Amino acid sequence: MTPVIELRGVNRTFIKDRKPIPVLQDINLGIEENEIICLVGESGCGKTTTGKIISGLLQPSSGEMLFRGRPISSYDRKEQAVIRRQLQLVHQDPFASLNPAHTIGDILGFPLKRHRMVDGISGVRRRIWELLTMVDLTPPGDIVNKYPHQLSGGQRQRVSIARSLTVNPKLIVADEAVSMVDVSIRISLLKMLHELRERLGLTIVFITHDLALAKYFAWEGRIAVMYLGRIVEIGRTQDVIASPAHPYTRALLAAVPEADPDLTRHKQVLRLRSDDIPSLSDIPPGCAFHPRCPFHVPGLCDGVVPALGDGPGFSQQVACLPLQQGIPLVVNQTSTQNAGQHV
Amino acid sequence: MTYDPNHVVLSVRDLSVNYRAERGLVRAVSKASFDLHAGETLALIGESGCGKTTLNLALIRQLPKTASIDGNGILYTYRDGRQTDILKFSDRDMRRYLWSECSMVFQGALNSLNPVIRVSDMVYDTAAAHGIGRDEARKRALRLLEQVRLDPERVMRSYPHELSGGMRQRVLLAVSLILRPQVVIMDEPTTAVDILTQRSILDVLKLLREELNFSVIFISHDLAVAAEIADTVATMYAGEIVEIGPVNEVFYRSRHAYTLSLLNAAPRLSVGAEKLESIPGKPPDLIDPPAGCKFHERCAFVTDICRHTPPPLVAYNDGTHLASCYEMERVLAQAQATRKVSPL
Repeated sequence: MTPVIELRGVNRTFIKDRKPIPVLQDINLGIEENEIICLVGESGCGKTTTGKIISGLLQPSSGEMLFRGRPISSYDRKEQAVIRRQLQLVHQDPFASLNPAHTIGDILGFPLKRHRMVDGISGVRRRIWELLTMVDLTPPGDIVNKYPHQLSGGQRQRVSIARSLTVNPKLIVADEAVSMVDVSIRISLLKMLHELRERLGLTIVFITHDLALAKYFAWEGRIAVMYLGRIVEIGRTQDVIASPAHPYTRALLAAVPEADPDLTRHKQVLRLRSDDIPSLSDIPPGCAFHPRCPFHVPGLCDGVVPALGDGPGFSQQVACLPLQQGIPLVVNQTSTQNAGQHV
Repeated sequence: MTYDPNHVVLSVRDLSVNYRAERGLVRAVSKASFDLHAGETLALIGESGCGKTTLNLALIRQLPKTASIDGNGILYTYRDGRQTDILKFSDRDMRRYLWSECSMVFQGALNSLNPVIRVSDMVYDTAAAHGIGRDEARKRALRLLEQVRLDPERVMRSYPHELSGGMRQRVLLAVSLILRPQVVIMDEPTTAVDILTQRSILDVLKLLREELNFSVIFISHDLAVAAEIADTVATMYAGEIVEIGPVNEVFYRSRHAYTLSLLNAAPRLSVGAEKLESIPGKPPDLIDPPAGCKFHERCAFVTDICRHTPPPLVAYNDGTHLASCYEMERVLAQAQATRKVSPL
């Protein structure tokens, strides 16, 4: 099947102090209709930038984005406007992303009117009611005339999601959409996103730094792990979580504490060679993870940048030369003596 | 050093904190009692607004002016065995007590470091205020910075902006120990840091705890962090400690419906597909809290009595595990049936 969205060789650089910073490098990612895909990684890994490119808020510096198999640029302006509308972003912070001076009714009404999604004032009103019901803000009559500050964080995030639904999108990028709400109510928001996806046939790109949350939300979907601007591992969530392949993914999974005393205290430890993440303005040559990787093979990992690919013994794709070549991962004794010393 | 249950360092009795607000009195903490033992790590867990941070600010008497504090004492035992009530401290006593007996690592490392002075000056200033000379302070700081796995010389010379978030957090942890306090209070020290940074902070904390013999009160909304480092876990809801007990008891044999609901809302990475539930509704208004058990409006186990009579705190397992829930038996049965799982 043709993916809804496909990124081909996408790079993105930002200029800082007149120097180019490569924030994304060679991203190749196809997103299938109605799937859930999680982008995970630490801050600065490029997950938000990828989300912004997918939702059309940023253009790639080079490489291209395809919509249903055709480059975006090959569509005419009118078609591009329609495509742009079908790709929506839900922001992280519902305190900042809703205008405090507008009522919830206004916030949902503006896009409906601007894009002529429904006819007439009564149509707008009916649609606002529908949307609020869809995100479980009921009864809608109690909500429409309120201002964002009168709602709780979870309710605000529901308004944010309802707003993204005003223009009937096909794909929603949820960038850390539940990180700001309390742990106790996150699950209900995620369940609602699941329901909306089924009901409306949505595709969801879920960006998070919380692996346990990614695992829960995308259990039937895929996970892409990013490191310093590249995807280092991608595959079915169940595979990535149960048998991570890339050393970086292994390190992340080993580092996450679990909400279960026995599990978390008996986790296998994976010590990195350095705790500090290199700067994007000075990305190490070869595999960007090799200076921290306990398994790195000198002469192999520090030379060429590995591309995503298959390897023996796992079903996901990884960007790791030893794994692709079937070289068993062993802790590199000679180099771990430096552990504990930092840049 | 390990947790010594016979040696109480800090004993808090019926501590209440109220804030004056326009609409009335906000009962932020009501009648909280607990003992902190030597070498023990106590984690306070709960949703935002449950009173975790207020309780800790009360322990170091750093509450805002609108707050009033009330209780039957916060009894502190010095290393030499002397005891004193922190609630009766003068400002001068308090200044002496802070850092040298009890220090606090605040949430948001950047906000706790003065941006215009070097780390070394912060160390010297703090030490000088407690009568410790520059050389001694430097010696201690270098050693501690090394223990938190930083490059000591470089960090001492640095301004806060020259350090990454994880490094700053480790600097704060190191500096908080410079006067060798018995108690360190940490408010969400690993929130807003990356996974691998969080890992290194937790590892460093465990190491320091073993080497330097201090007790920790750890505030977190992250159950996973509590599960990993706590000896004792206290669940707070609407300003009350509703359950407190050894970490394994609270996680696997929860006796309060709220604790179990919190656990049922937290995904675990290595247990495969999970059935999770959010807690419906929102925390109550602390100006006009509901009658009976404050959790009853959101509780799946609610019965008639919960709606009008507040449940008493009942002791189990020789008094090591306390919980205030009428439906303790049903909660416990469900916890035992569902919480313990085998990993993937």
